[in-house]
Amino acid sequence: MTASADSAASRSKSILPGILVGGAAVVSLILFAVAPDWARQWPAEQIVPLRDWVTRFFQWLANEASFGLFTVKDLTRLVSDILSGPLTITDGLLHKGFSQFGLAALPWITVVLIMGIVGYAIGGGRLGIATTLGFAYLAVFGMWPDAMKTFSLVLVTVPIAALIGLMLGILATRNQLAERVLSALFDVMQATPHLAYLGPIAIFFGFGAVPRLIATAIFAVPPMARCTILGLRTVAPEIIESGLMSGCTPRQLLWRVQLPAAQRTLLVGLNQVIMQTLAMVVIASLIGASGLGHRLLFSLQQLQMGKAIEYGVAIVVIAILLDRISQALIARNPARAPTEAEKAALLRTSVILGILLASSILVAWLVPAFRLLPKDMTFTTAPYWDQSIRWLSRTLFVYLEFFRDDVTTYILVPIRNLFLSLPWLPTCLLVATAGLLIGGWRLAVTAFLLLGFIAAIGFWVPAMMTLYLTSMAVIICVLLGLPIGICAAHRPRFTRFALALCDTLQTFPSFIYLIPVIMLFRVGDLASIIAIIAYAMVPIIRYTHLGLMRVPANTLEAGIACGCTGRQMLLKVELPQAVPEILLGLTQTITMALFMTSITALIGSRDLGQEILKALPAVDTGRGLLAGLSIAAIGITATRLIETWAVRRKRELGLA
Amino acid sequence: MSKPNKISCRNLWKVYGKDAQSFMAVHSNAPSLEDFRREQYVGAVRNVSFEVTTGEILVVMGLSGSGKSTLLRCLARLIDATSGAVCFDGQDITKATPEELIELRRHKMGMVFQNFGLLPHKTVLQNICFPLDVQGISRTRREERGMELAQLVGLAGKENFYPRELSGGQQQRVGIARSLAVEPDVWFLDEPFSALDPLIRRDMQDEFLRLQRALNKTIVFVTHDFEEAVRVADRIAIMKDGALVQLGRPEELVWCPADPYVAEFTRNAPRGKIISVGQIMVPTSAAASEISIRIDQKLDDVAPLVLGSDRSVKVIDHDDRVVGQVERDRLIAVMFSDGARQ
Ligand SMILES: Nc1ncnc2c1ncn2[C@@H]1O[C@H](COP(=O)(O)OP(=O)(O)OP(=O)(O)O)[C@@H](O)[C@H]1O
Ligand SMILES: [Mg+2]
Repeated sequence: MTASADSAASRSKSILPGILVGGAAVVSLILFAVAPDWARQWPAEQIVPLRDWVTRFFQWLANEASFGLFTVKDLTRLVSDILSGPLTITDGLLHKGFSQFGLAALPWITVVLIMGIVGYAIGGGRLGIATTLGFAYLAVFGMWPDAMKTFSLVLVTVPIAALIGLMLGILATRNQLAERVLSALFDVMQATPHLAYLGPIAIFFGFGAVPRLIATAIFAVPPMARCTILGLRTVAPEIIESGLMSGCTPRQLLWRVQLPAAQRTLLVGLNQVIMQTLAMVVIASLIGASGLGHRLLFSLQQLQMGKAIEYGVAIVVIAILLDRISQALIARNPARAPTEAEKAALLRTSVILGILLASSILVAWLVPAFRLLPKDMTFTTAPYWDQSIRWLSRTLFVYLEFFRDDVTTYILVPIRNLFLSLPWLPTCLLVATAGLLIGGWRLAVTAFLLLGFIAAIGFWVPAMMTLYLTSMAVIICVLLGLPIGICAAHRPRFTRFALALCDTLQTFPSFIYLIPVIMLFRVGDLASIIAIIAYAMVPIIRYTHLGLMRVPANTLEAGIACGCTGRQMLLKVELPQAVPEILLGLTQTITMALFMTSITALIGSRDLGQEILKALPAVDTGRGLLAGLSIAAIGITATRLIETWAVRRKRELGLA
Repeated sequence: MSKPNKISCRNLWKVYGKDAQSFMAVHSNAPSLEDFRREQYVGAVRNVSFEVTTGEILVVMGLSGSGKSTLLRCLARLIDATSGAVCFDGQDITKATPEELIELRRHKMGMVFQNFGLLPHKTVLQNICFPLDVQGISRTRREERGMELAQLVGLAGKENFYPRELSGGQQQRVGIARSLAVEPDVWFLDEPFSALDPLIRRDMQDEFLRLQRALNKTIVFVTHDFEEAVRVADRIAIMKDGALVQLGRPEELVWCPADPYVAEFTRNAPRGKIISVGQIMVPTSAAASEISIRIDQKLDDVAPLVLGSDRSVKVIDHDDRVVGQVERDRLIAVMFSDGARQ
C-alpha cells in the first residue's frame, strides 16, 4: 500500500515539471498572439540612450579625463610609447631593419634557420623540419614581409599577455575580492566577440600597430589568468608545505615552489595565449592595417580568392607551427637533468649553430636572394587557384546557386522572418520561464534582465538576426557533430583521425573559414551559416567523444548483460550518461558560433556584428561596445541555462 | 634532574568546519564528541597536551584519520591550531611572526611528509638542497652537502633524476635527505618509512637510530607500525579521534593499556622485546636459584636462562642487590599468552 502511494507521489512529482512547461508554453503562445505593440517592439522613444552615454563617456575619458597630475590621454600615450619599444625591436629584426644604425632586417634564411632550431630544440627532429619548411614556405611564396609583420606582433603580444595573465592570476589567488571581480570580468570578456574589443581600443589608442597589439593582448589575457588560477590552486598541499618547511619566504614560495609546480597548466595557458593571439591578430587588422591579416581581409573583400587562399594558408601555417611548438613544450618531461658531458655537448652544438647562423647572415649579405627573395624568384599559386575557382564556378556554381537560392528562399527566409518578428517581452518571459524550471528564481531573473537589456538599448532586431544565424548553425552543428562524436567514440581507428582533424581545425583563425564558403556560395545567409558551422563544430564533437569515453566500463557491461542491442546501448545507456559532457560541449559551440556570427558581418550579414563594424570607422564606441555586450548577453544566458541543467543532470546521475 | 622540554603543547585543538572559532566558543572551548557530530565539525586534534624533552623520540600512533598528521602540522605550525599553545624551546610559536617562523624552519626544524612533497621540477639533488638554496647558500657548498646526504640515504647515482622517475621508496628517501639538509634540532617525521620495502625499511630504521644517537635530535615520529614504534620510541602516544588516549613508554602501553583501543594496538606486539624483568618479578622467597638477572633486562634476553633453570631466578638491581625473583610459569604466561596482567 505504501509502495503504491510512493509511486503515485513520485509519478506526480515527475508530472509536475511537465505541467509547468505545458502551462508556460500555452501562456506564452497566448502572449505571443495578444501582446500589445509595446511588448512586441520596444517603443523607439523609450529606448535608453545608453549608446550615446557610453560614446560620450569614452570620448570624455579619452580626451578630457584627468587624474589630476596627468590626463588619461597622457597615460595612453605613455602606454603606447612603452609598447612601441619592443615592437620597434622585433619589427626591426624581422622586416624593417634599423635604418638609424644602417642595419638591415635579418635575412629570411637566418630567421628560417632560427625557427628550425627552436622547433628542433623543443620538439625534436620532426618539429624542427616542420618549422623550417613552414617558414621557408612563407619566403618562397613571397609573403615574407607580411608574414614577418604579423609574426613580429605575435612575438611581442604573447609575452605581454602571458605576463599580465600570470600576474592577474596570482593576484586572484591571493585576494578574494580580486578573484570575484576578475572572474566576473573574464566571464563577460570571454563571451564578448573579438570584434567588440576594437572600438574602445581605437578611441584610446587610435589606429596602428600598438592598438592592434593592445586589443590582441587584452583578448588573450583571460585564458592565461584562468590557467594560472587553476594551476596554483591544484598544486598539492604537501608540495607547498614542504616549501614552507624548507624555510621559503612567501615570495620564494610563489616563484620557486608554486609556479614551477604548476608549470604544466601554465604552459597550457601559454598555448591558449598563442592561439588567441593569432586569432585576434587577423581581426585586429581592422584597426591597424598591416601584415597577413590585412592582406587576407582585403583580398576577401575584393573577392580575390586565389590570394586569399595563399594568405590564409600562411596564417594557418604560422598558427599550427606555434601551436605544435607550445604543445611540445607542455609534453616535454625529461627523465633526468643533463649530465656534465651532455651539457658540454650541448654547448658545442650551440656554438656550431651560432656559427651557422652567423654564416647565413654572411651568405645573405653576399647573395641578396637570401636576404629577401626577389619577386621573380617567388612562387604564387594564386592564378591557379583563381582559374580553378573560375572553372568550379562555371561548372558547379549553377547547381550550387540553385541549392543556395532554394534553401534560402524556402527554408532560411521564412525562419529568419519568424525570428525577426519575435516580440521582445514574451520571448524574454519564455526564456525566463525556462530559467525558472532549470535553475530557479535567480537564473530566471538573470536571463530576463540580460535579454531585456538588449531590447531596452534598442538592439532587439539585430540581436534576433544574430540569434537566427547562430541557432541555425548550432542546430546543424549538433545534428552533424553528435554522430561524428559517436563514431569517434566507437571506432578507434576513426578516433585518431577525427581528433587530429579537430586539433587542426581549432588552430585556424576564424577568418579562414570565410574563404571556402565565399568561394562556393558567395555571400548571403547560407554562406554565413556554413562558415559558422565550420568554425563552431569542433567542441560538440570533442565533448561527445569525451562524454562517451567516460561512461564507466561496468555500466557498459551491465547494459550488455541486460541484452541491449547496439542501438539500445547507445540510446539508453551511453548517451544519457554522456549528456552532461555533451551539454558542456554545446555551450562552447554556442559561444564560438556567436563569435563567428559577428565575423560574418564582414561578408554582409546584418546582425549585431554589423553594428560593431559600422561603429568602428564612425568611432561610435557606445554602439560597438553595447552591440558586443549584447552578444555576450545572449551567450551568457544560453550558457548559464545549459550549464545549470548540465550540473543538475550530473548530480542526478551521481557523477558530480 | 630532568632534561629541558624541547617541544610542549598544551590544550591543543584543531577543528575543521565552517566557523571553528565560534564553535569552540559556544561550547566553552571543550566541545564533546557529540557536539562535533551534531554540528558537523571535525575535531582533528582534540585537547592534546604533552612534552617532548631534548633528544627524545616520541612516536605518535593511531588509526587512519585519528589526527596524527594534523597534530604534526600544528606542531610545525603549517596549520594554525584552533586553540591551545605550542612551545618550541619555551617560545610560543602560535604567536610567532612569519619572519620568526621562517628563521625557525630554516635552522631548527625538519619535516618528512607522508606523501613526500617533492618538488616535481627539481632533480633529486636540487630537491635535497632546496632548503639550503632558499637560504642563499652557494651552489658548490650546498651541492657538496646534497651529495653527502644522497649517499647517506642510498640514492647515489640518482642525483640527476627527476622525482617522477623514482619509486615511492626512493622518493621517500629524497624527502628524508631533504629534511636533514639543514641539520635541524627537531625532526618531524610523518610515516617516513611506510613506502619502503621491509629490507630497506630495516636499514633506514637502523640508520635513523644511528643518526639519532650521533646527533641527539628531538624527534616526533608518526607511524602505523607498532613494531617500528617499539624499535625507535622513547615514548609512544596513542591517538583516537583526535584525542590523546595514552602516552607512555612502550612497556607501559603493553603492560597496562589505558583502554581496549590501546590494548588492541599492542595486542600483537613482541612482548618479550618490550617488557622488562621488573614488571613480572615477585618478592624473593628462599627457593630462588643461584642464577641472577638484572631488573631492566627484556624478557626475550633472559628467557633462555629462566626457562633453562628449574627454580625461580633471582633479580638484581643496578647495585647488585637482590630485589625479587622471576618464576618460569609467569614468564611463559606473559610472553606467550594474550592476557598481560593476570
Ligand atoms: N583540511 C581539512 N579539512 C577538513 N578536515 C580535515 C582536513 N585535514 C584533515 N581533516 C580531517 O582530520 C582528521 C585527521 O586527519 P589526519 O590527516 O591528521 O589523519 P592521520 O591520523 O594522519 O591519518 P593517516 O594515518 O591516514 O595519515 C580526518 O578525519 C580528516 O578527515
Ligand atoms: Mg597522516
